Amino acid sequence: MGYRLGIDVGGTFTDLVLVSDHDNSFNVAKVPSTAPDPSLGVIAGIRKLASIAKIDPNEIHSLMHGTTVATNAVLTGDGARVGLITTQGYRYVLQIARSFIPGGLGAWVNFNKKPPLAALSLTQEVTERIDAAGNVVTPLDEGSVIAAMRKLREKGIDALAVSLIHSYANEVHERRIAELAEQELPGVPISLSSQVVPEMQEYERTITTVANSYVRPAVERYVDNFNRELREICGDVRLHILRSDGGLTSARGAGSSPVNLLMSGPAGGVAGAIWITRQAGYKDFLTFDMGGTSTDVCLVRDGTAEVRRETWVGELSVRASSIDTRTVGAGGGSIAHVPELTKALRVGPQSAGSTPGPAAYGKGGRKPTVTDANVVLGYLPILSKLGGDMQISRELAVEAVETVASALDFDVYRAAQGVYDIVNENMVGALRLVSVQKGFDPRRLGLVAFGGAGPLHANAVAALLGCWPVIVPPGPGVLCAFGDVTTSARDEAARSFHRRFRETPLEELQRLLRELAERASASLDNEGIARSDQTVRFEADVRYSGQILHQTIPIDLDLLDKEGIEAIGRQFDDVHKRLYTFALKVDHEFINLRAIVEGASTPITAPTLAAGSADPSAAYLESRQASFRGEMLETHIYDRAKLLQGNVIEGPAIITQLDSTTLVLPGHKGVIDHVGNIVITPAEQEH
Amino acid sequence: MPATIIETNNEPINDVPVDPVDLDIIENALLNARHEMDAVLFRTAMSPGIREQRDEFPMIANRDGKMVVGQFGAFINLFKAAYDGDIHEGDVFLTNDPYSCNGAISHSSDWLVLMPIHRKGRLMGWSAMFGHMTDSGGRSPGSMPTDAQQIYEEGILIPPTKIYKKGELNSDVLKLILHNCRMPQWNEADLMALVAGCRIAGVRVNELAERFGDDLYCSALNALLARTREAMRQVILNGIPETKQYFEDYIDDDGAGMGPYKLACSMWREGEKLILDFEGTDPQSQSSINFFCNEEMTKMHSGVFLIQLADPQILFNDGFYDLMEVRIPRGTLLNPVKPAALSCRTHGLARCMDVLAGLFGKGNPAFMCAAGFSASPHFLYSGYNDRGEWFQLFHIAFGGVAAAPSGDGADGHGMWPDFTNVSSEYLESILPLRIDIHAVIPDTGGAGLHRGGNGVHTAYRVLNEGHVSIHDDRWLTHPWGVNGGKPAQRSSKYIVRANGEREILPSKCDRLRVERDDVIHFLTWGGGGWGDPLERPVEKVLTDVREDLVTREGARQYGVVIGNDLSVDLAATSALRAQMTRDRGPIEVIDRGGDIEDILDRCLVETGIARPSRPTFPHWVQQRPL
Repeated sequence: MGYRLGIDVGGTFTDLVLVSDHDNSFNVAKVPSTAPDPSLGVIAGIRKLASIAKIDPNEIHSLMHGTTVATNAVLTGDGARVGLITTQGYRYVLQIARSFIPGGLGAWVNFNKKPPLAALSLTQEVTERIDAAGNVVTPLDEGSVIAAMRKLREKGIDALAVSLIHSYANEVHERRIAELAEQELPGVPISLSSQVVPEMQEYERTITTVANSYVRPAVERYVDNFNRELREICGDVRLHILRSDGGLTSARGAGSSPVNLLMSGPAGGVAGAIWITRQAGYKDFLTFDMGGTSTDVCLVRDGTAEVRRETWVGELSVRASSIDTRTVGAGGGSIAHVPELTKALRVGPQSAGSTPGPAAYGKGGRKPTVTDANVVLGYLPILSKLGGDMQISRELAVEAVETVASALDFDVYRAAQGVYDIVNENMVGALRLVSVQKGFDPRRLGLVAFGGAGPLHANAVAALLGCWPVIVPPGPGVLCAFGDVTTSARDEAARSFHRRFRETPLEELQRLLRELAERASASLDNEGIARSDQTVRFEADVRYSGQILHQTIPIDLDLLDKEGIEAIGRQFDDVHKRLYTFALKVDHEFINLRAIVEGASTPITAPTLAAGSADPSAAYLESRQASFRGEMLETHIYDRAKLLQGNVIEGPAIITQLDSTTLVLPGHKGVIDHVGNIVITPAEQEH
Repeated sequence: MPATIIETNNEPINDVPVDPVDLDIIENALLNARHEMDAVLFRTAMSPGIREQRDEFPMIANRDGKMVVGQFGAFINLFKAAYDGDIHEGDVFLTNDPYSCNGAISHSSDWLVLMPIHRKGRLMGWSAMFGHMTDSGGRSPGSMPTDAQQIYEEGILIPPTKIYKKGELNSDVLKLILHNCRMPQWNEADLMALVAGCRIAGVRVNELAERFGDDLYCSALNALLARTREAMRQVILNGIPETKQYFEDYIDDDGAGMGPYKLACSMWREGEKLILDFEGTDPQSQSSINFFCNEEMTKMHSGVFLIQLADPQILFNDGFYDLMEVRIPRGTLLNPVKPAALSCRTHGLARCMDVLAGLFGKGNPAFMCAAGFSASPHFLYSGYNDRGEWFQLFHIAFGGVAAAPSGDGADGHGMWPDFTNVSSEYLESILPLRIDIHAVIPDTGGAGLHRGGNGVHTAYRVLNEGHVSIHDDRWLTHPWGVNGGKPAQRSSKYIVRANGEREILPSKCDRLRVERDDVIHFLTWGGGGWGDPLERPVEKVLTDVREDLVTREGARQYGVVIGNDLSVDLAATSALRAQMTRDRGPIEVIDRGGDIEDILDRCLVETGIARPSRPTFPHWVQQRPL
């Protein structure tokens, strides 16, 4: 018996949640973040929590957290110097990529491709060939391998990636290369494509393997540092990291497959949203995590986020599982402008970022941002402190928004309203991608808003989509920390299995699935999770024979026993119809099989907020004028920390807290529920 | 007789003022809808051509049939003029006959699906999408015989036909059509996917009209067209000179031993109007390289190019068409008379793009780009696999993107929108084929301050007997460089037979018989260079050499001397650059690597292929009143 700790390291604050194994009771703490070495803040937080909970830090046995270290390595271009080994004839696989130029007809005029993640000068070919069925066509020429490695050693590399043609079907050559590398490139970490992502399509497999190598040293360094610092105050503690797919992995797993951590940060937010909404009784909703430069949205159905087999970070797209979030490059810092030729009002794609930041922050930014529009409209009242101690200036915001207003011949409020409306429309586009486009009606979903700017825009976005209620959880940071600590350990094992249904004997399929389950369970076994606490799910990637894009279909083993493989085909037809309005009378085929194993999750109940009456006046701060569609309205401002369960806030109203601001529009109301969520609905609608 | 559009609700649509913000919102929503059309198609289509390579084009139009979002507009009005029946809610049309829709599509491999979008009995607009089918029947697999003389040899011809009547599938017609294709399952899936894409657009348009009201929605679309028109008016006024510019380029041969064929165009501005006149273009070919390029499509191509150069954020739509006048003489390569064969129009399409790029560049130096991989050459392979099943591949090649004012051209990419290569592993898993090489060819991009992209070497090892066809061009003429940039290397092909014998293959050939372990080497062309190569920073040249994108020998084109140890010899470089500057004449704006007669004289020596004979044209072309 002991304690578990969930941690979220944000840009400004580090939130921590300490949970007791004994009764799942918990304590929370909030401390300032300490970039560039976040472990200092974490350790300060641990000391603070230990004193609140009156425990010895040594009683903490596990630490769970989401990290953006892998993401940042990609976004800043500050990853490893990766050497790449390919099959003869495929050295330029990353240079050619998919030959795709984004942006439509004529876009090549402005397309300037970035150099690949593994430099061509560090890419070497070896003589070998395996065919699509896994047969060795040309045996591995070990001399060519050694020559390649010596060249790489001479040039100096931090990490090695190996991606051979059809290695997903037969890994024998990649394994042998790994053995040879131990002698030729001692100490250099190796990623094999047959292990990182044993699936067809050479470009995607190669870029994923290279990305794994690219972020690996940064992640290993981070994990080692963290472990060392933690040991000093907590003794022997197990570090777990949240993967992009929302499962937890051990520090060791994180170090060897860091490509699975690229979306670790957003996954924490979604996990937290799932946890808090479950307490409030909602299972189907969209998450809306709007920050300064970008916004992540995700569909959650029946309390589970969809997981997709792709991860995008900036311009990089890799084949790794992640919670199916879509990222829009728009947030509070997006810049509004009016191009000369069209006189259209545009918001983004440029962002003021954190420097110089929105004009209102007074850090030298002059261009009008979404945040400035919010300031002009009165939605971000001057009294609220952004990110702790940042002062905002209404004068600077007005001055900035005037620039677009005069270009459009609008008054400043109309221009600000336009910026607010357009950015909301962008958000609706992203939310529609994860709902309508997958065949789900947003009018049957709620909207869970977090991030610095999410609660400012959520009411307006929900009004466009008709997704009620809007749920604003108590705090974005603590939400992620709860997400981390309530998430279960997870691992998966997958294999490529390209076979038509009618050529697949049932027994063979069942045997393969059992083998996959065994492989996936092994890593949870290592973490000391008893088999009785492990749950296994199976999935198959299926398509009509001849299609290339597939759907992921869950496999129910009992149904498979009873009705055979056709049952999977029927499920596939239903999904195809739902998504695309038609099904075909064509053979089905398998592409990949997968087993997903999860440990039990921690059932933590959120603290109950003290009950109050419908009257929120105890939390009332003051009143200000704010502009709504050209009308100036008296708007009450409330202090979130003082709101009680059952309080009803009539729009227009603004609710402020340390790290976020919530806007309730006219004609809407926010009700505080028993765990402290603000639940916003149209005033006349009962939820 | 033009089509009659049936509306059960005759309440007029009123023009109402549109708030600028509502306008931007509707613009965004339509763009989202248009991308959703793509997404639905890619996930459900079956042929690698559409699904993987994305040889497809969606659009959404207003009530009048003017494209508001999309890439290939203009064809709804051509279709309406050509279809002589009623159009009801729920009808979905299919056609692949360029001659029945006035060139809305330019060969019968492209199947066009088009549907009216109704709302409460009134027409709100149109959605349409076309895609390249792997096969439409006819005398050769892939339906693009290089030596066809009439369109009837190029597969089934479907005039505008209701494939759905008031929402009901016309299954007899569908069966009749599929019965004529070699890969009916692919055609069916691809066709259904096109329909699904169009319907998604219909749903989104209805939602938007519901949200904003029919009047406002329709007015907003007109406002979007007007906004683009105004932007384009400025671009034309500021970017196009009143003095006449002239440009010409060539299709190298016609697949039947004759060539080259000239495409010529003049451009000038009269007031705010841009005039493009293709006078001087060769008469129509007796073979299948004709490109039925109607006036509106030319406006579209020109408009897109200008928008990309001037301000890529301008919404591209049909709003500006009255600001352009296009003259294409009838009976020429670009406006052939039925039943001229059209299937191999890809070369003409590409060369038209090159000609337009050259014209705009001559008219405005800030717009000048080199010529690059503007085409989508084909490799076709078919036969019976070991199971006795028919297999057939239509594979698009990629090459070097032209260098542009913005920077270097990409290696091994393509200049057609959204085109994407197919994974070798995937091809090998479905076909008796192995791709031994898929690599960039160093030095094939033209040297320049900005380097042209390199071409690609693909080696196809066939594992079954069968037949191969190749449709390519630019084996004779070079993709030109500009402003001192050098021309790019040309394409070439050869086959190494299982017994080791090597034969040069022509750029266009059909039904070449292949046996197990024959390897076909398909080398594509590069992009021309932009700007003076002697001014390219030495470090950039060195990086290209270290990455095997340029050879040490190739570096000398930049006046850069690189030693065995892959480091720059700075002294030798300065000397070489000084000498090259002295020796060369004045910098030409366009460098084609010699004039056409020189190139023809050197043809056999340089390419291993005999020079094509002078084209002869149908005897009636010059005499018949057209």
